[in-house]
Amino acid sequence: MSNMKTIYKVPSPIAKRDTSYCPGCTHGVAHRLIAELLEEMDLTKKTVIVWPVGCAVLGYYFIETDALEAAHGRACAMATGVKRVHPETFVLTYQGDGDIASIGIAETIHAAARGENITTVFINNGNYGMTGGQMAPTTLIGQVTTTSPYGRKPEMNGFPIHLPEMLATMDGPAYIARGALDNTQHILQAKKFLKKAFNTQLKGLGYALVELVSNCPTNWKMTPVESLERIRKEVLPVFPIGEFRVVKGVE
Amino acid sequence: MGEKILMKGAEAIAEAAIKAGAMAFFGYPITPQNETPEYFSRRMPEVGRIFLQAESEVAAINMIYGAACTGTRVFASSSSPGISLMQEGFSYIANSNVPCVVANVMRGGPGLGDIAPAQGDYFQATKGGGHGDYHTIVIAPHTLQEEVDLVLKAFDLAEKYRIMVVLIVDGLLGQMMEPVEFKETVDVTKFKVPEWATVGQGDREDRIIITSLDLAPEGLEKMNLHLQEKYRKIEEQEVMVEEYRMDDAEYAITAFGTMARISKTTIELARSEGIKVGLIRPITVWPFPSKTIENRANQVKFFFDTELNAGQMIEDVKLALNGARPVYFYGKMGGIVPSAEEVLEEFKKHLGGQHE
Amino acid sequence: MRKGVVIAGFGGQGVMLVGELLAEAGMEENKYVTFLPSYGPEQRGGTANCHVVISDTTIASPIVSKPDAIIVFNLPSLDKFEPTVKENGVIIINKSLVPREVRRNDVRVLQIDVQSVAEEIGSPKVMNMILLGAYTEIEKPVSLTTLKKAMSVILTGRKASLIELNEKALDRGAEIAKEFMGVI
Repeated sequence: MSNMKTIYKVPSPIAKRDTSYCPGCTHGVAHRLIAELLEEMDLTKKTVIVWPVGCAVLGYYFIETDALEAAHGRACAMATGVKRVHPETFVLTYQGDGDIASIGIAETIHAAARGENITTVFINNGNYGMTGGQMAPTTLIGQVTTTSPYGRKPEMNGFPIHLPEMLATMDGPAYIARGALDNTQHILQAKKFLKKAFNTQLKGLGYALVELVSNCPTNWKMTPVESLERIRKEVLPVFPIGEFRVVKGVE
Repeated sequence: MGEKILMKGAEAIAEAAIKAGAMAFFGYPITPQNETPEYFSRRMPEVGRIFLQAESEVAAINMIYGAACTGTRVFASSSSPGISLMQEGFSYIANSNVPCVVANVMRGGPGLGDIAPAQGDYFQATKGGGHGDYHTIVIAPHTLQEEVDLVLKAFDLAEKYRIMVVLIVDGLLGQMMEPVEFKETVDVTKFKVPEWATVGQGDREDRIIITSLDLAPEGLEKMNLHLQEKYRKIEEQEVMVEEYRMDDAEYAITAFGTMARISKTTIELARSEGIKVGLIRPITVWPFPSKTIENRANQVKFFFDTELNAGQMIEDVKLALNGARPVYFYGKMGGIVPSAEEVLEEFKKHLGGQHE
Repeated sequence: MRKGVVIAGFGGQGVMLVGELLAEAGMEENKYVTFLPSYGPEQRGGTANCHVVISDTTIASPIVSKPDAIIVFNLPSLDKFEPTVKENGVIIINKSLVPREVRRNDVRVLQIDVQSVAEEIGSPKVMNMILLGAYTEIEKPVSLTTLKKAMSVILTGRKASLIELNEKALDRGAEIAKEFMGVI
């Protein structure tokens, strides 16, 4: 036994309990990536995560750090409050597409514009998962949701919001990227993006955001495998993977 | 003891908060309280503390919420329409049991209203303007010295009960100048992070989660019962009220803030005509001094409530009296502030010729 | 002693400064004071007024509904506040901008052509101080000396250079008032 190597384990910040996420949902993958990095970078004990309203509303039960539960969309404002008075803490916000790009877009854009030294993980699954699959600011053109039953129509519902591309036009943010959680290669790449985002805050460079293109098998009415295929076929062509803003010093 | 300084209300409240140890201010410009954030923006960097102009009142209150969760003394100010936007945060802060102090320099409403003095936010402030069963402690000073003194008291109460304390003043108290004396400066180097605050787990045995959510109804009921227990304790212990010339009063005026101040002049005018009238002035409008009012029911012939609104606090006066005495009302809306003489004239209409 | 005064004019005429100086001086003399400005959305050019109370005893209402005196800088201010002045009260008028006589005959009226007086002193900026000097001489809510002391508290930085000129204007206003009282 003694010469066996540990090649896989549950990262220490992950709680020993079941999550509230649906089978096959990539929220779990995102949680794991964050937890791995907190452990590897020895950040767990100095971290405050601000959790959103949405599927991850109970996220504080699954990643064990000091935690706050924000009002819908207000995570970046709340995180600003924490970070400004306790700059030694490591402050993360974890937000869904409705939370960050619809109701909370003002708080997000202004945190980015201020170069607020906080880090945001943004889960884009193209709909409001927790409330039953309504249209989100990231819902694709033509996509059927419970509030776009005939498919999203530009003339009626406008167009999807590309948050990283928008934020990348600004002077405030230090690191802006989009990754995807549909396959191993993309997941490993996403972890690299997240690590850069965490480092951005640790180096005091300012606001960092990583969007993670995710699935929602339940509301998409697909099997988990089908949902991951849909990410590749339909979502990534609209929301491409990439780093959109990397200021000097980010690594 | 400090010396007297002539200050504008909206600036005095800011300096009082700084002297009381406010470590951060988050706000958004709105008349008639712009002097408050402006003052903080000058002074906070001088004392090495945080001033941040938020993108909206919605963001400001959530910044306050975040900072309050770290157990830091934080202060925000706004005026009526901005306070409406903050109501979401008020409700979350209430059920998260974190302390903070917010000032509302009330202006005329509803809607965009105007920027003149008003007291139309009494219901919003005392009955819970946001969703759910909650209260904030609501303090209504009537002079600038009282305003300055009560800012420190507000922080102490906020931390004692882990609750939001709201100071309601109106545009008149915000804009007028009066000499004030800052009696105490809190030594902020002695501040410690409280044991319930979220600043990262550090050496603590357990991590801390601050949330206003419990999806299990039994769990949420428990959170509510905890709040209600806290509110009953506050109602028992923290009522502040002034009784002015009530000893021999045959009539009682009830008023808060600016209208109480004006009523004191009304009372001098009335007494010079031989009318024995006194004032019951709630300093905390929540918790409301119901007992004080009830105790005077047998002494006075009637109560006369006067406010800068259509009649809001009068409901609490009536609840306190439970029909024991008539309660009459005189109010002005739209930002009009009546003179002491006008209040007297309205008051005298109810005397039924007894003093004509 | 309790003196209530309303000072009124256009925004930018220095109405608020006059009120603030009186309040500051009152405080310097350990009196109770309140200064209540009207405030509007305009930054410049709108109407402005302030109520000042200086008293030996505590002040309840800061609203001066029946002023002992009014200082009016323009015609609309006279129209608005003339009827409110107490019987035997004082109305001090900027004659240069008020082209009518006072209608009441139960008040004392001092009209000063402040524009030409200010020109004599050497700056149109001191018109408000001439009116303040005159008011202080007649009503004596505070002494002229304290008023000058208050000026150094309020006029700081760039404005400090105006103190000398302002003091001169205060004295000139007081002189005019003395002559006026001599006439009465």
